[in-house]
Amino acid sequence: MHIVVCIKQVPDSAQIRVHPVTNTIMRQGVPAIVNPYDLFSLEAALRLKDVHGGRITVISMGPPQAEIALKKCIAYGADEAILVTDRAFAGADTLATSFALAQAIRQIEKDMKVDMVFAGKQTIDGDTAQVGPGIAKRLNLQLLTYVAQIDAIDLEKNTIQVRRRAENGVQVLQTRLPCLITMLEGSNDMRYATMENMFRAARYATKIWNKDAAGIEDVNKIGLKGSPTLVSKVFAPKPLARRADIIDTESNDPRDIALTLVNKLFTQHPKLHDSLRSH
Amino acid sequence: MAEKFDVIVVGAGPSGNAAAYTLAKSGLKVLQLERGEYPGSKNVQGAILYADALERIIPDFRDEAPLERHIIEQRMWVLDDASFIGAHYRSDDFNKPPYNRYTIIRAQFDKWFSEKVQQAGALVICETTVTELLMDDKKVVGVQTDRMGGSIYADVVILADGVNSLLAKKAGFHAEIDPANVALAVKEIHFMPQETIEARFNLQGEAGVVIEMAGKITRGMMGTGFLYTNKESLTVGVGCMLSDFKTQKITPYQLLEDMKAHPSIAPLLEGGEMKEYTAHLIPEGGYKAIPKLYGEGWMIAGDAAMLVNAMHREGSNLAMTSGCFAAETIIELMNEQKPCSTKNLARYQQKLNDSFVMKDLKKYQNMPGIFHANSQFFTAYPEMLNQAAHRMLKVDGIDKKSKEKAILADFRQRRSLFGLMSDAFKLWRAFE
Repeated sequence: MHIVVCIKQVPDSAQIRVHPVTNTIMRQGVPAIVNPYDLFSLEAALRLKDVHGGRITVISMGPPQAEIALKKCIAYGADEAILVTDRAFAGADTLATSFALAQAIRQIEKDMKVDMVFAGKQTIDGDTAQVGPGIAKRLNLQLLTYVAQIDAIDLEKNTIQVRRRAENGVQVLQTRLPCLITMLEGSNDMRYATMENMFRAARYATKIWNKDAAGIEDVNKIGLKGSPTLVSKVFAPKPLARRADIIDTESNDPRDIALTLVNKLFTQHPKLHDSLRSH
Repeated sequence: MAEKFDVIVVGAGPSGNAAAYTLAKSGLKVLQLERGEYPGSKNVQGAILYADALERIIPDFRDEAPLERHIIEQRMWVLDDASFIGAHYRSDDFNKPPYNRYTIIRAQFDKWFSEKVQQAGALVICETTVTELLMDDKKVVGVQTDRMGGSIYADVVILADGVNSLLAKKAGFHAEIDPANVALAVKEIHFMPQETIEARFNLQGEAGVVIEMAGKITRGMMGTGFLYTNKESLTVGVGCMLSDFKTQKITPYQLLEDMKAHPSIAPLLEGGEMKEYTAHLIPEGGYKAIPKLYGEGWMIAGDAAMLVNAMHREGSNLAMTSGCFAAETIIELMNEQKPCSTKNLARYQQKLNDSFVMKDLKKYQNMPGIFHANSQFFTAYPEMLNQAAHRMLKVDGIDKKSKEKAILADFRQRRSLFGLMSDAFKLWRAFE
């Protein structure tokens, strides 16, 4: 079985900083990580490989430094890694990105038939959840999003059964391969890489594909040209002015303390007082 | 099949990077293991980079390393509660390349340094903790990591695993560090527009200022405060001996908050936006606290070896130099086809003894003890000096001769003549 896992390198949003003057994201010094949602998909793919054998190819479109993210996937146990990188991809939105990745997967398929594609549910920096479905549509793959669990795969009948989280409950879905899956967060825990795989990753030479290697001829479909999305303005919301108060109370009686607190709340928020009264 | 290397370096701080870089450049098969997510993720420093030590390892580092500002002015302040008395030294000579000292941001600097190590040919593996040393009888033959299949072998292991050096402790190479021999430092980085920093500190271009502070800010604890200018931020911090924090029951962050509120410091930080808060232990035991530095198949370098000159706020340069010496020792021995035995690795100690590293540490060997046992250096003296200055500068109709008498009387009353003389003698002996 050959599984392709699409990943993205993202800035660690927990440590991201916005430049107070220019309002741009300060990437300097902010660690880049593998998009956390992608890791649930990678682990799901690794578990399938543990059972059924086969090969896992990880692929990413991004700047040259995204190679670090791909190497991390090798450390977790992926077999091959391809970085699709080209200046012509700069400024790509989800339409252009899904086109480029779909083309690259077609190229991968020339080497070995692809049975499944995994992608992250969404990224933590873009949050669109569009690239995975976009690839599925372009490659005419069955699409299974928000998958909580893979129940069974029948490689002879080419079928797969999954549990998918839906708004009102859990759907048990069966479809045919090849398919594209995005895994739900929390559906598994990423494994701790073995020493052997850490060495393999440290020595691994990532395959670097430019647009030609990825089989892309029409430059109007990639990068800024292929991206109808317009960013009209970027701004950081003003932080709310939160103020902590230390309230001195004269007595230590819980009732007095509670009363002081309630009085203070009602004085500061008279509307709250009025609405409670009207009830 | 377990991997085998010529050398394993544990830790990707200044000493580990200096060692791994030097070793890899000479063509040896080097593995560097770092427990942090990426090199620099666990590393904290003030941070001042002393060009000299790095220049010996990477001569053209200035062309590519991420540096903040070169320092043209050093201010030394002795603070009372609401005042300071100080000495400033600013020189245009410090503003001419090649610059001598720089402020740096370690996360960025360490990333660069590690890239150099990898380019030199060392294999660098992060997120991997060395849990113990593999021993064959009494010889270190490799390391055990926390990963499955984690035994890795080498002819020699350099322990550059930082201040606590849990590895050396576990192997029994040194005992638990005495809290009186480590300082706990906390610091914050405050963002500030470049123009504000330049206007506020009288700077142009990439020039910078450092302020070192002592006195009442540490509330009698042995320690110092600092404020450094970076390109677009200020670093402000304070550090005191861990044992002092423990007995005085003062929290480090409260100490820093109070220091930032000092009327001489607050205006410098005004309008800044706090971006980072870090804390770190600094091994400040000095010469007398240095553990055994080498043995059968192992060497220890940098903070792990207590190589910090607390008096002069130097550490990373001692770390880089020791890492480089450890590497050079191995290169020499391998060229001579000699084993890395205790006897042969003694050359490492000799290199350190012959250099500024041990010479400086030896010079100040009594300093930690003196300051520790005499808290007047951090309380009474700052007060006395500040009050003397205040008295002399305040114009109030009293003649200068009477003022001098009053200052002297105050000094004697606060700290007897004998006390003053014995303090002077202690310091003179320690500096000698």
